[in-house]
Amino acid sequence: MKSSKAALWLFLTPVLMWLVLMIVLPHIDLLIMSLRGKDELGKPAWTLANYMNFFSEPIYWLTFVRTALYSILTMLITLVIGLPTAFYIAKVGRARFQGFFMILLLLPFWVSELVRVYGWMILLRESGVLNFLLIKAGILNKPIEMLYNDATMIMGLVYTSMLFMVVPLVSVMESLDDSLIEAACDLGASKLVIWRDIVIPHCKPGITSGCIVVFMLSLGNYLTPNLMGGKNSLWFTEQIYNQFIASFNWNQGSAFGFLLLALSSLIIWAGLKITGQKLGETAS
Amino acid sequence: MIRSLPNTRGYAFSYNLFIILYFVFLFAPLAVTCVLAFNNSDFPSLPWQGFSLDWFFADGPSRIGIFHDEENLRSIWTSFETAFCVSILSVIVGTCAAFLFEQEEFPFKGALYFLMLAPLVIPGVILGISILLAANSAGTFVEDATGFDVSFLRPSFWLVVLGQFSFITTFVALVVSARLKKFDRSLEEAALNLGATRLETIWYVTLRFLRPSIIGAGAVAFLMSFENFNTTLFLVGSKPTLPINLYLQVRDGSTPVINAISFLLIVGTSCLALVNLYFNKKEAD
Repeated sequence: MKSSKAALWLFLTPVLMWLVLMIVLPHIDLLIMSLRGKDELGKPAWTLANYMNFFSEPIYWLTFVRTALYSILTMLITLVIGLPTAFYIAKVGRARFQGFFMILLLLPFWVSELVRVYGWMILLRESGVLNFLLIKAGILNKPIEMLYNDATMIMGLVYTSMLFMVVPLVSVMESLDDSLIEAACDLGASKLVIWRDIVIPHCKPGITSGCIVVFMLSLGNYLTPNLMGGKNSLWFTEQIYNQFIASFNWNQGSAFGFLLLALSSLIIWAGLKITGQKLGETAS
Repeated sequence: MIRSLPNTRGYAFSYNLFIILYFVFLFAPLAVTCVLAFNNSDFPSLPWQGFSLDWFFADGPSRIGIFHDEENLRSIWTSFETAFCVSILSVIVGTCAAFLFEQEEFPFKGALYFLMLAPLVIPGVILGISILLAANSAGTFVEDATGFDVSFLRPSFWLVVLGQFSFITTFVALVVSARLKKFDRSLEEAALNLGATRLETIWYVTLRFLRPSIIGAGAVAFLMSFENFNTTLFLVGSKPTLPINLYLQVRDGSTPVINAISFLLIVGTSCLALVNLYFNKKEAD
């Protein structure tokens, strides 16, 4: 078909404006800002001091490493829970309930993250519902604080990102041919072997996209660590927030932001590279 | 192991139990929040002290229900305004992007497509601070050059709209692109053969075909904007949106008013979700 120049420009202009003004320029600004500081005389100058601070202060890089490791842990737990759940919905449960299961799965995630975290808070805190029930049942004598520790925080992160693991897994498992599993079963393979040799290899694309999304969401999460984690479980996004809003040190905050962006891009790139996928395929 | 194969009873039982526990885990916090919105107590906790609608309708002095709570009502309204502006903007630009990447050919198309997907993998917090920085630089630049203080470049309503728009547009573009891929281009060719211009063809033929996906994408954009926290946190000015306002209240202690708001949000989003699913299903049939 003959393409018209007018149409091309009509579509290209808003898209270019969006991507350049809202995505490219702000991130260049972030990089520039992170490289700015003051010299000995207090004048604005180019400097690497903001990055040096990150490496010389253990509180900063320890938070960074902790955030990354906990995000990986969250990702693994989500995967371990997500695989059997997705398998049930796609292959085990009655076929006519599948749509119903998917709606059940999606509904909690249409609700704001804040409401979900708040729900966990009133369930788990010292005066919360779970403590009340446990005392009523005689299991506890006095209430214990279940909020504000690392385990609860990880659980909250798993809860928040569950959907993004299960949905890609269900869609990839649906394309798995039942007869492969039947054949393996007839030939005497155990369940473990079937999972290892048939289900997992088939699900690789779903596992990759699920893991990437869950990792990224945990890494960039602010609400859950802030409201469910304790005083000692600082998340790196909270460090960024503190620099920006509390101490008003935008240069330092930009350096932290850029480091977080670099880490998440690196992990996503590595994940795609290892499994040989493209970003576009994972996204859709 | 699967539907067509027999299972031992113990295995089937424990698998079913696992799934039941999974869904209990999924719904427990939401159910508890909703139930406690109706508890006749000053704290969102058990014991159950009777059914009450105080946290919805009471108008003081000891209890103020959500429908009389000026501050929360204002933030809900702000969220509606924000979500409305964001969905309009992102649907327009997202649809343009879908046409651009599905139907047009131009140099560096691959690179631009990659750039369009970038907001999917940029953490919301980073997007928030980048846009804050850029808006601040632009504001300072304009003020130095012309002496005008451009108020929307300071943390404000419009900055929140821009910040949310910057990543929600990607989702809209992906949804609309998926539908545009299924479009039979011979319909466009027919229209062109019959003398329509390219733009007329798009307006009268292609956009009509895309309408369901545009409406669906608009609904998703509305919801994403309404619930966004991470990006908004850094851009918000004196008019907080609902998630920010709720966050401030939850952080400093909580009253059952928050449960009442949560209940309304859960019911509202569930209805919207079900309507959306219903239309998707109807379209698929």
